[in-house]
Amino acid sequence: MELHELTAAYALDALDAAERARYEAHLASCERCREELQGFRKVTGSLARAAGGPRPPAGLRDRILDQARSERPNVVPLRRRVAVPVLSSFAAVAAVAALALGLWSASISGELDEAKDITSVLGHPNARTYESESGEASLFVTPTGRAVLVVRQLAAAPQGKDYEIWVAEGRVMRRAGLFEHQGATALSRRVEPGQSVAVTLEEDGGVDVPTGKPLFTTSSV
Amino acid sequence: MRRRDHAHLSDEALVALVARSDETALAELYDRVGGIAYGLAFRVLRDESLAEDAVQDAFLGLWRSAGSFVPERAKASTWLLTLVHRRAVDLVRREQRRRSDTLEDAPEPMTDSAEDDAWLRLERERVQGALAQLPDQQREAIELAYYGGFTQSELADRLGQPLGTIKSRMFSGLARLRELLDDEVETTSWSFTS
Repeated sequence: MELHELTAAYALDALDAAERARYEAHLASCERCREELQGFRKVTGSLARAAGGPRPPAGLRDRILDQARSERPNVVPLRRRVAVPVLSSFAAVAAVAALALGLWSASISGELDEAKDITSVLGHPNARTYESESGEASLFVTPTGRAVLVVRQLAAAPQGKDYEIWVAEGRVMRRAGLFEHQGATALSRRVEPGQSVAVTLEEDGGVDVPTGKPLFTTSSV
Repeated sequence: MRRRDHAHLSDEALVALVARSDETALAELYDRVGGIAYGLAFRVLRDESLAEDAVQDAFLGLWRSAGSFVPERAKASTWLLTLVHRRAVDLVRREQRRRSDTLEDAPEPMTDSAEDDAWLRLERERVQGALAQLPDQQREAIELAYYGGFTQSELADRLGQPLGTIKSRMFSGLARLRELLDDEVETTSWSFTS
């Protein structure tokens, strides 16, 4: 079956679960389908707004807000040594939907695989967290060294610049990925005991050797 | 009753605040999109309590995961409505609530809607105008799939057509709608205000 042909049906949610999963796996590697889907999503967004239907019951707003409040905080717990799962399975669905819409930041994930990596590391029962000095970032590391850096309260990278992630061991800094906005980024390199992770601001696309002092560094793994 | 502290912010800025666990931003987003979301879920599910579940799941999905990603190229409300629709379709299939085997009973738009908003009324007229310009078979495939929650295989069975024909009707219909609706371009980009 030609998966390209399923873009319209996917946008309309007219695929069954198995077809949907196959299409989403395809989407991660097909720029053409992502672009086409983005156009179709605008159409289905219009269909959604045109649906009509009755007004929501008065209590729904409060129920949603009460439930949200009871789940606070939805940010990663600070200063805990063992991570708790922060993404529910529906959050993973939301992430895939965001990817499908082109909403997933290209810097944190052009690839569905990375979305899955982030989910699996953050949700790993034995992942440990390591904080930066001032709490700007948390590093999640699984026992095998797979790692996700969650950055908070960082302004978007200026035009023509990227934030670059480094795995540091003594004075050696190795490239481990790029991002533009705060949020979660899966590292392209495993983090071993004794290493820490640092972030610098570099030219677009990154550099081989950091050009400046790190903005922050996590504690040692 | 309504908290309007964030009334001046874009939907996208609200999502950024939701990512920082800002309840007021979630409330404002609900005030803007909740009515449309419920109307959509109800049209698919035709059941009040299931429609509530779909809307609640979508908003809480946003609450739990907004921090993991950053809107860049599409409207935040479109993303949220995508989540609501996905949830509604999954629920309607799980509950097997389709009442009828006859296509004449395909769900129709309600008239008692949440359209206190003139923009929304115009948008709805614009979309219905565009749908009316589609060939009947394309419109039927799109309405049954999107508002009825039918899978493409179910549509092929019900309409007695090969699957390839159904796929092609949905594709041609959506592509034509995209042209017809494209005179108003969605906001194409935004960035965090940090």
